[in-house]
Amino acid sequence: MKGLLDKQFEHGGVIITRLDDLINWARLSSMFPMTFGIACCAFEFMVTGTTVYDMDRFGMAPRASPRQADVMIVAGTVTFKMADRIRRLYEQMAEPRYVISMGSCSNCGGPYWQHGYHVVKGVDRIIPVDVYVPGCPPRPEALIGGFLKLQEKIRSESLMAPAVLQKIMKKEKSNA
Amino acid sequence: MPTDRVQYQFKEDNLLQSEPNSLKTEELKAEEMIMNLGPQHPSTHGVLRLEVLMEGEIVNKVVPHIGYLHRCFEKHAENLPFNQIIPFVDRCDYVTSMNNEHIFAMGVERMLGIEKQIPKRVEYIRVLVSELNRIASHLIAIGAYGMDMGSFTPFFWIMRDREHILRLLEWASGARLLYNYIWVGGLYYDVPIGFEERCREFVRYFRPKLKELEVVLVENKIFIERTANVGVLPLDLAINCGVTGPMLRASGLRFDLRKVDGYSVYPELEFSVPIGEGKMGKTGDCWDRTWVRLEEIYQSLHLVEQCIDHLEGNHKRTREFDPQAMVPKKIRPPKQDLYVRGEMPKGELGFFFRADGKSDVPLRCKCRSASFVNLSVLPEIAKGVLVADLIAILGSIDIVLGEVDR
Amino acid sequence: MRDHDHFFSVVNAVCKVEVRRDDATTPKTIIVSAEDIPAVCSLLQSDPSCYFDMLSCVTGLDNGLDAGTMEVVYNLYSIPFNAHLMIRTTVPRDNPELPSVSGVYKTAEWHEREVFDLYGIRFTGHPDLRRILLPADWEGYPLRKDYKHQEYYRGVRVEY
Repeated sequence: MKGLLDKQFEHGGVIITRLDDLINWARLSSMFPMTFGIACCAFEFMVTGTTVYDMDRFGMAPRASPRQADVMIVAGTVTFKMADRIRRLYEQMAEPRYVISMGSCSNCGGPYWQHGYHVVKGVDRIIPVDVYVPGCPPRPEALIGGFLKLQEKIRSESLMAPAVLQKIMKKEKSNA
Repeated sequence: MPTDRVQYQFKEDNLLQSEPNSLKTEELKAEEMIMNLGPQHPSTHGVLRLEVLMEGEIVNKVVPHIGYLHRCFEKHAENLPFNQIIPFVDRCDYVTSMNNEHIFAMGVERMLGIEKQIPKRVEYIRVLVSELNRIASHLIAIGAYGMDMGSFTPFFWIMRDREHILRLLEWASGARLLYNYIWVGGLYYDVPIGFEERCREFVRYFRPKLKELEVVLVENKIFIERTANVGVLPLDLAINCGVTGPMLRASGLRFDLRKVDGYSVYPELEFSVPIGEGKMGKTGDCWDRTWVRLEEIYQSLHLVEQCIDHLEGNHKRTREFDPQAMVPKKIRPPKQDLYVRGEMPKGELGFFFRADGKSDVPLRCKCRSASFVNLSVLPEIAKGVLVADLIAILGSIDIVLGEVDR
Repeated sequence: MRDHDHFFSVVNAVCKVEVRRDDATTPKTIIVSAEDIPAVCSLLQSDPSCYFDMLSCVTGLDNGLDAGTMEVVYNLYSIPFNAHLMIRTTVPRDNPELPSVSGVYKTAEWHEREVFDLYGIRFTGHPDLRRILLPADWEGYPLRKDYKHQEYYRGVRVEY
């Protein structure tokens, strides 16, 4: 959809595209992250939202309530006491929902992997994760890279169920 | 497709089992209500849970629940050599990493007996970066407090100014937030060439911005109305509860560990200690605490200038200077117990060490953090206030959950 | 500046069991037996010649399975006289119990809860002794030397 809007509006204000592309473009251009900072990575997330590394230019405006959010950025160390609450917050988000795991503590337990009895070794043991952003803490540029990766992932989604899609693709291949 | 490694099993009463409520619904009177300010909330302090017993809008009882960020610092400290604990000490209070490292390194050097032999240039650089980090921490305290009160502009202003400090520290140490720079016996690297000049530029740039912040936030009529006479902490309660730092100074006691203990090169530097005088309300209210932090930023700027004068003057960099000269190869302190304390932006940070003289791993390393003790005073000063005042009081205590839970 | 001999004599006067001192630590320590702790702390706080008004830190220690004891160390500080003091007691490992000082110093409430949470030392007379940092249904006391973490919690593996 690059340059789509510039080119097509010359022809009387009508755009023709696939439904998949349109819906994916709408979803990825306005992802609302839930403000869920747990530890040190939360500060890098907050800095990404301020004027120096502006997050708003990607359409991301932080929302406090999980019901109004699209993406949950788990920033910080996940502990066992917090695990129940994270699961509950994830269940409260409405589909389509995505999870970005920010920082090495939520990727794999981080520096606390060896003797941390109270640290969950990675938030993917509690909720399914879409994008992992490495770093301790990751730079704001790295987090923005994570957003762009998530946008790529959304761009390749499809409305049709995977089984049906595979059948159609097999038919196209056998016809071609 | 999202990953599929979930191992979590759901049960009905998981939440109540792990953190039971202390206020019972059976004991409620007719007009009372229990409200839960849960671990996830739009303020910047972190994962703290408050159980509030309210009668209409008035708070009768507050019970804080902590432990959502307990990262087993003390268990790691019992299994790692002293010099490898420095990154974990960083992550205790993650907005002021340099101060934590400084106090920890000072404690281990005191145990080894090499505290007086650290080169003066190293000590001045340590104080310089600690004071820069103190400015960063107080900026977050004031700006985030403004955001809690509802004013968003000061928050963006402080983030913009704090970026300059973070870039200076990144230039010196390599990381933006968690530095691992102050090592036991010295530093990781020397400061780069041109660092002193940039610091001076920063101080020159920042003084008028700080005045702007003061006028827009701290002397703002709405801010004063919301914070004056709210959450007054009397001095005897403060001392009995072990409160230290700007909270204690705002209640009227001129007690700053940098002056009282005189550690590192602070006795050679000149600065004053602001205390709360009850300008806009009673002594010891939320406005006083914010004002004390603001004045301390001015004092820290003065200290930064003096350190740069020393670093460019009588302790210039030379070719032979090696910041790792006094770093011991194996840290094996003699058998002793030691308690070292220092002034962190939030209060007194203390480490209790027990070394057994035979190994380079401490037998016990306990971290006495300022925010843990400062937070314990919240149930006392938040009785009979409105719910909005409760948020104001919590913001003025200035906690960081990484330190409360360690 | 008050010195350690003065504090030692003050403490000795009020203790029923014999008091020892340890001058090798920084700050210097007085070793007191378990049942004297509240009386000692209360005297040190109110006596006008020592006036230890701030309790900085309460630390728990585990001496290991061979020694069979656990220790608790109290760090006291006097703001008017700028004096430090450490008080140390020993409790047996299999039934660790100590009287609480939360009536004397309010800050001890949370410190003692933390020591109970991580070591299992019970403080009698504490208004609200329960776990503070770990979940309420966690098994074991983590900072003990013989602690083995549980295999699974809520179905999630505790080990890496």
